[in-house]
Amino acid sequence: MLSFFSLLADWLVYGLLGFSAETRLGNALHFFVEDTAKIFVLLIIMIYVIALIRASLNVERIRNYLAGKHRGIGYFLGSFFGAITPFCSCSSIPVFLGFTSAGIPVGISMAFLITSPLINEVAVLLLLSLLGWELTLVYIVVGMAVGILAGAFLDLIRAERLLQPFAAKAYEKSQPIQLQEVALQRMSLTDRHNFAKTELLDILQRVWKWVFIGVGLGAALHGYVPDGWMQENLGHGQWWSVPAAVLVGIPLYSNATGVIPVMESLIVKGLPLGTTLAFCMSTVAASFPEFILLKQVMQWRLLAIIFLLLLASFTLVGWVLNFVELMW
Amino acid sequence: MKQFKVLGTGCAKCLKTAEMLERISKELGVEAEVSKETNIEAIMNYGVMSTPAVVLNEQVVHSGSIPNRDIIENWLRQ
Repeated sequence: MLSFFSLLADWLVYGLLGFSAETRLGNALHFFVEDTAKIFVLLIIMIYVIALIRASLNVERIRNYLAGKHRGIGYFLGSFFGAITPFCSCSSIPVFLGFTSAGIPVGISMAFLITSPLINEVAVLLLLSLLGWELTLVYIVVGMAVGILAGAFLDLIRAERLLQPFAAKAYEKSQPIQLQEVALQRMSLTDRHNFAKTELLDILQRVWKWVFIGVGLGAALHGYVPDGWMQENLGHGQWWSVPAAVLVGIPLYSNATGVIPVMESLIVKGLPLGTTLAFCMSTVAASFPEFILLKQVMQWRLLAIIFLLLLASFTLVGWVLNFVELMW
Repeated sequence: MKQFKVLGTGCAKCLKTAEMLERISKELGVEAEVSKETNIEAIMNYGVMSTPAVVLNEQVVHSGSIPNRDIIENWLRQ
């Protein structure tokens, strides 16, 4: 089914516009047209369908569900809900505080917050359509593992001591929340349709420019980086390329939608899988703007710990995956 | 006199919400005072986790999205 988009790009770029498939520009343009068309069509269909299904899910319900769960399963659930709940980064502070004041351990809240930007339905969808299910699975497992382990580690070092005083107090004073039953009214199909429509417009408004930027970069890489160059210069032999990729990813700030088309190009061009993932996850999760937001509820020391923790885990993930890929 | 408070840490949607409340109350000729609450501690005390949220006379009446026109008119006509 997806070959339709390749044909569309053939027709438009090579036929109508008369570019040659042999030239770099033609190649890059073809990649750009094929991917943007494919991504937008898939986004529109899938966001709508997924929003229909998950219309009745909200953070209040998740909090009530997570509160009082055993820690072991709590990290997993926190990360899992982070993956399936949509939420915009401007909500991360209220969500964090809401969890904390319900007595949910900091580690579980952080498992939620770390996984949330890394994995969402748009990212999974793009991965599936651009890179196939095996890599999608690797991406999901790695993203959740980072969230879960980082969360567990933060509780191990008793991170709640390093919250801002008012947040720490809220955590101490927390009582088993009075489950003010979050209006569990059934949603009619019309309600769901309205929710899905708003959600679709909202997400599209937020991500459309990232799709263009991401695919544009991917197309440039695709057309202009000579085949084999990556393998020679950033291939398996160079252990330092993984931490370097993580560092390069920090100042680059993108969400998952923008980075996945770039991932596709990098992998096609022969950059090792681990290095690619390390770079992309660092771009998405380790971003200064988000961390500055968290400053409102955390002390600098805790922020620094979380930041380093993320960098270390992405590097580790990169090395392990590269090693596995080499042994395969 | 209706007192609205828009809770939110200053994201675009919160500003839009406040702006809509002001505009629609003027259109309907209902006297209303709209203020913004950006202090995170205060927001937490309302027990709200998704912003923007709307507080009407100290009651949280909405959270998590920009309220649509019908809902706002309803509040104003109450």
